[in-house]
Amino acid sequence: MKRFFVSAAVLLFSLPALAAGAGDVTIKHGDWSFAGPLGSFDKAAMQRGLQVYREVCSGCHGLRYIAFRNLADLGYNEDEIKAIAADYEVEDGPNDEGEMFMRKAVPADRFPSPYPNENAARAANNGAYPPDLSLLYKARPNGADYLYSLLTSYTDAPSDVKVPEGMYYNAAYAGHLIAMPQPLYGGDVSYADGADSSVDAIASDLVNFLAWTAEPGLEKRKRTGVAVMVFLILLSGLSYGAMRFIWADVKK
Amino acid sequence: MSENQFTNPVIKWIDHRLPVFTFMRHETHEYPTPKNLNYFWNFGSLAGIALVVMIVTGITLSMSYTAHVDYAFDSVERIMRDVNHGWLLRYIHMNGASFFFIVVFIHIFRGLYYGSYKAPRELLWILGVVILLLMMATAFMGYVLPWGQMSFWGATVITNLFSAIPLVGESIVSWLWGGFSVDNPTLNRFFSLHFLLPFVIVGVVVLHLFALHRFGSNNPLGIDTKGPQDTLPFHPYYTIKDFFGLSVFLTIFAAAVFFFPNFMGHPDNYIPANALQTPAHIVPEWYFLPFYAILRAVPDKLGGVLAMFGAIAVLFVLPWLDRSPVRSGRFRPVFKIFFWLLLADCVLLGYIGAKPPEGMYVIVGRLATIWYFVHFLIILPVLSVVETPRPLPQSISSPVFGGSGSMTGAAAAPKEKV
Repeated sequence: MKRFFVSAAVLLFSLPALAAGAGDVTIKHGDWSFAGPLGSFDKAAMQRGLQVYREVCSGCHGLRYIAFRNLADLGYNEDEIKAIAADYEVEDGPNDEGEMFMRKAVPADRFPSPYPNENAARAANNGAYPPDLSLLYKARPNGADYLYSLLTSYTDAPSDVKVPEGMYYNAAYAGHLIAMPQPLYGGDVSYADGADSSVDAIASDLVNFLAWTAEPGLEKRKRTGVAVMVFLILLSGLSYGAMRFIWADVKK
Repeated sequence: MSENQFTNPVIKWIDHRLPVFTFMRHETHEYPTPKNLNYFWNFGSLAGIALVVMIVTGITLSMSYTAHVDYAFDSVERIMRDVNHGWLLRYIHMNGASFFFIVVFIHIFRGLYYGSYKAPRELLWILGVVILLLMMATAFMGYVLPWGQMSFWGATVITNLFSAIPLVGESIVSWLWGGFSVDNPTLNRFFSLHFLLPFVIVGVVVLHLFALHRFGSNNPLGIDTKGPQDTLPFHPYYTIKDFFGLSVFLTIFAAAVFFFPNFMGHPDNYIPANALQTPAHIVPEWYFLPFYAILRAVPDKLGGVLAMFGAIAVLFVLPWLDRSPVRSGRFRPVFKIFFWLLLADCVLLGYIGAKPPEGMYVIVGRLATIWYFVHFLIILPVLSVVETPRPLPQSISSPVFGGSGSMTGAAAAPKEKV
């Protein structure tokens, strides 16, 4: 009967291995504070990541599922959030005259997208569409390592690979030819807290931020999970004892 | 009918007019259950509880979900981010589907090993296969609702299967879609059916239980209960055992929900559906992979569809393919080997289903598919005739091969009359 469980377990745990298999890409493995059952977000890194998004990524990439109010998770207070929101303009309306108008964003607004629609985005980017970043961490296998690798794996193409006009060589990207130009070179942002601004450090900060945008409930989920597991393990123990007690008088 | 034995006057009054309490007492306190059931018999009640969990979380999710191609994906993200505990409801529902199938697959293989499909439980088994089919339809349509890339392309691939039907195939596909591609009408009807079918499953589950309580549970020895010495009242013996099993199940389930919620999902489904961009590999959810492998094993489209549905169809006629009067695999030395081969074959098919259809995977997939059908259509009928089963114990409570006088009876009747 044990083989029953073993076979089931083998099936279950071989699945991610089956799903992977993206070819000859090179993925670097980072050490993420939010990984593991007890993982939690690194707020300082996320704040730096937000800065990277605002100063580097947001030129082309949207963040449509994140409202400014959500930034409270990063440790900002209400005034700071209002100040960040006020840096952005969003379209509102129609007003009493029936006109759409632009106004300063408030905490309830979401990050405005850099382009009005996909066609405009493609027109501005040589036909490529810069994806929205909110969910990217969950939308790629092994999201954190993948995004980190993608941002830090721009290299010169090997001599046998011809890189077409408007494409770039990236060792972590499937097929190696990516339409996104190298976004980070090191020193792209100047951090207020004086943190390291090498390419690796900036990429890592950004991944911390993007893991949060994709899974803002992660900390709460894991903390709830620990309490639930403790309860259920105790319940299992108690119900096992109760079962033994009730079954004590049954002859085999 | 004699007067009911309840002492509480209110219960007595109600029960006299509407004997629900007598019914409950009869089906739990008095319902005699074999006393030798092992933990594999826990999975029936677990499946029932999984169904309830899915219905409760599903109804709650539907209150915040929008079945429209422009809003479905965003409404799911809104559930994940802004609805109170929406992330929990969705992760329970999402992983609950996988765990429901895990539990049901174990339940089915338990039935296969211990011959629970044999007389007089053929209809019980067939109703179970009906539930499996309904579950598959429900799960497939549910997977379409978040309207991610795998939702859209999975729906496109699976609905296109019906185009294999000669003459009317294309018309049937358009009719299923409500248009000329998977689009808003498709999403709307899938949502409607995904809401309806679980309640149909509840109905069939009631029939399944009705049929079960006619003869009671089979047991690991596969022999009929001979009297009160072989049985225990369901309550409290099996209610507490099921409760213990449930606690363990919930512990494992919670570990997945809280710590690995996306482990069994596909990352592509967090990309909004895009009709102009086909994913590199379109793979169904893991619980469909063995069937997907069978579908792709046949080089002909119609043949593949027939083989896939045939894989379920053989289960319907299984009680008449395996004619051996001995139920439990414990007393069938050859059958036992083939049972494990079948299980390995199904796992292998699942593995092949996740792989691209090229090279060795195609060949192995075809051999595994052939083996699946050979097992049911050739091995089982032949084994029923040629296999010599080991002697059966006389009863559940008597020692299996003890030195008592009952030994002769057991030896004289190796095949139990059913």
